[in-house]
Amino acid sequence: MRIAAPVLACVLTLIVGSLFFASLGHDPLPTLYAFFIEPLSSMNGLSEWLLKASPLILIACGLAIGFRANVWNIGAEGQFTMGAIAASGVGLFWPNPESALLLPLMFLAGMAAGMAWAAIPAFLRSRMNTNEILVTLMMTYIATLFLSYLVHGPWRDPAGFNYPQTALLPAAAMFQSFDPAYRLNSSIFITVVAVLLMWLFTDRSFLGYKMSVSGAAPLAARYAGFRESAAVWIGLLAGGAAAGIAGMAEAAGPLGQLSPQISPGYGFAAIIVAFIGRLNAFGIVLGGLLMSLLFLGGEGVQMTLALPSALTRIFQGILLFFLLAADFFIFYRIRLVRPVKDAPALETAR
Amino acid sequence: MQPRLELRNISKRYPGVVANDDVSLTIQPGEIHAVLGENGAGKSTLMKIIYGAAQADSGEIYCDGNLIAAHNPAMSRSLGIEMVYQHFALFESVSVVENIALSASSAFNLPSLAEKIRELSLRYGMPIDPHRQVHDLSVGERQRVEIVRCLLQAPKLLILDEPTSVLTPQAVVKLFGTLRQLAAEGCSIVYISHKLDEVQELCDTATVLRNGKVTGTARPKETTSLELARMMVGSRLPEMHVSPAAPSEKPVLEVRNLSAKARDHFGVDLEDVSFNVHGGEIVGLAGVSGNGQAELIALLSGERRHAQGDAIKINGTAAAALRPDERRRLGLAFVPEERLGRGAVPSHTLWENAVLTAHRFGTVRNGLVDRRRAAAFATGIIDRFKVKANGPDATAQSLSGGNLQKFIVGREIALAPKLLLVSQPTWGVDVGASAFIRQTIVDLSRAGTAVFVVSEELDELFEICDRLLVICKGRVSPPLVRTSTDREEIGLLMTGRTMGKDQTGGSSVALQD
Repeated sequence: MRIAAPVLACVLTLIVGSLFFASLGHDPLPTLYAFFIEPLSSMNGLSEWLLKASPLILIACGLAIGFRANVWNIGAEGQFTMGAIAASGVGLFWPNPESALLLPLMFLAGMAAGMAWAAIPAFLRSRMNTNEILVTLMMTYIATLFLSYLVHGPWRDPAGFNYPQTALLPAAAMFQSFDPAYRLNSSIFITVVAVLLMWLFTDRSFLGYKMSVSGAAPLAARYAGFRESAAVWIGLLAGGAAAGIAGMAEAAGPLGQLSPQISPGYGFAAIIVAFIGRLNAFGIVLGGLLMSLLFLGGEGVQMTLALPSALTRIFQGILLFFLLAADFFIFYRIRLVRPVKDAPALETAR
Repeated sequence: MQPRLELRNISKRYPGVVANDDVSLTIQPGEIHAVLGENGAGKSTLMKIIYGAAQADSGEIYCDGNLIAAHNPAMSRSLGIEMVYQHFALFESVSVVENIALSASSAFNLPSLAEKIRELSLRYGMPIDPHRQVHDLSVGERQRVEIVRCLLQAPKLLILDEPTSVLTPQAVVKLFGTLRQLAAEGCSIVYISHKLDEVQELCDTATVLRNGKVTGTARPKETTSLELARMMVGSRLPEMHVSPAAPSEKPVLEVRNLSAKARDHFGVDLEDVSFNVHGGEIVGLAGVSGNGQAELIALLSGERRHAQGDAIKINGTAAAALRPDERRRLGLAFVPEERLGRGAVPSHTLWENAVLTAHRFGTVRNGLVDRRRAAAFATGIIDRFKVKANGPDATAQSLSGGNLQKFIVGREIALAPKLLLVSQPTWGVDVGASAFIRQTIVDLSRAGTAVFVVSEELDELFEICDRLLVICKGRVSPPLVRTSTDREEIGLLMTGRTMGKDQTGGSSVALQD
């Protein structure tokens, strides 16, 4: 049944999506074709598909480690942004722009920045018992505004015609594309390694075991002496590290520079990916590919059929809604309760 | 006479188990009828079928001579069948009358309902103030609320599931008085229990179940407990062997002047608790539930830590400030009262639950869980403790309470502890398994382990303990040697009174039942 829920949610999303297209005056079948099939029918489409799936999968793997322990990091978008900022900072200002160490240093900087941004809610939660959902979310807005400040102010490219963006990163600070014609680059291997590490951690390691006990039965974790604060720290830092690395790979890959909008909402979409994937490493790969297709298809129909760009978000929302609903109906049963007949007595009670 | 309730050839099958096999029984109006049996004998399934919460695969139920065709709990209530569950379903933060109103199926008027509650509870000799908050009530009083809730429906048949498991001996006497009065007025009572002495004292007839089948019907007052026990567990009635204790010279567990504030409004403050447990002996803690046992055991296990490190010493090491896993490194093992969610993770398999506390025993290597070893460890427990489970891959929640308890006790004993803490070792566990668990605990102690047992069953404590402590309102009595004390002395200490000598001081303390 745990597998059935995502499948059911996808089918329902397609049905509601079709109704939606019909209501906008488009024939559903060709539109669905344009949305889901056309993007994958070219080499460039496939490249873009994997390119967008990669950060989603990477971030979702990190988040799922926390989610399994009931640590709700909703702020991957902010950690992604901070990772991109830190990595770009190293790439732009490192004294030797041709150093072979540049890319590894940017990787470390991105990871550290993502973790540092997640460490703040972790500290607040474990020390002051604040709600990490709220804190991580609010930290996202701080990160976004910080990025905006940098690209409008101190980091703005002097030769950039006053556009709010940084200078381009030097070549040594960029991942190489597999083929100059397409944008897909070697950073995808980072995601492959992350998926394998995530699987090893959750399915095989003792630390992952402790985390799953914390999530499934907090009293049993306390009984066994597993530290609650450890679950909070590991859960948030794993999500922060993954999001930070994803931000670095985005800056050092398709973007090549910072601008106010560096993410089409990867950090939030990854939450949906983690749940569609049932918090399982290989499920997350499938979930990420699906979510990436939604991004691509949304862009596609926007261009070819002039449908609104909000469509992508709407599809994401419908999908998550149906997934949660399907889970709910699998675990609970609805029963109608008839109202009481002799209501007068209740009247006197009032 | 027309029987109040008649079950004819009831059978109920679950995948892999026959829960009830051709069960027939007849209950007359005004009869107190015991249903005796071990856990897993099919008592609960049968009660669910009578109450309509489960449907029989075959067989018929007649109430007052009429066949009940489509059965469900609403139908039961309209027929006058009510049930008092073993674990109460009361909301702590509202008053008695509000609790009862919440469960009313029809509309109600609060002031008149309160008046009815007062009247009914007085008539049956179990007075309750309808406006008191439930969290202020003792367990015995809470049970009265549950019973009054049923009585308000003017039941013709009342089902009670293990009603005495949380009561003091004195409160049991009062409950029995109420039940006899009800029966005298014509209400039939089904009394589910595994306590033979109570059934013999209270019940007119008994139907004994074993493996889903009726193994006998008896008049308990005219039958010996040995005969009843044989019917329940077959010929394999285990006997306890308790050899004399040989306590170690130095105590393994030392508790010195331990005081602690309750963590929440409903808890109990511990005041100046001191006692020792030596290797090779079993020390029991008696008391009515909710007098500080939960707080004390959490402080001993490390689930709650204490700033004053030397208030608790394990093998001479100050341990009160240590975490549970650090105390386990000093040789502690612990069987908690809640099996699901505390002693075991419900959704995890048995091998995963073995890793929970056995991770220092070869099931984790280089930071990775060794699945094969964990499975072997779990299989070892399953075999040695005869846990009925579908192998190490069965989830903890798929096991019956008694079997999961055997697994948890087995796991903790397999850790070869120097100090074993056990809370409610046989709560809800059937006679056969209880005897086995008790014997295992005794054997462990005779091999040199210090054992500390918290239990609400006095019989159990008298059976296995060498010394007894009594807890009341967060204070622990000086130790009593089992062979030189009796149930009466313990019972009085449980209610906060001392023996005869100190009459004036004792009488000012309210009886907690």
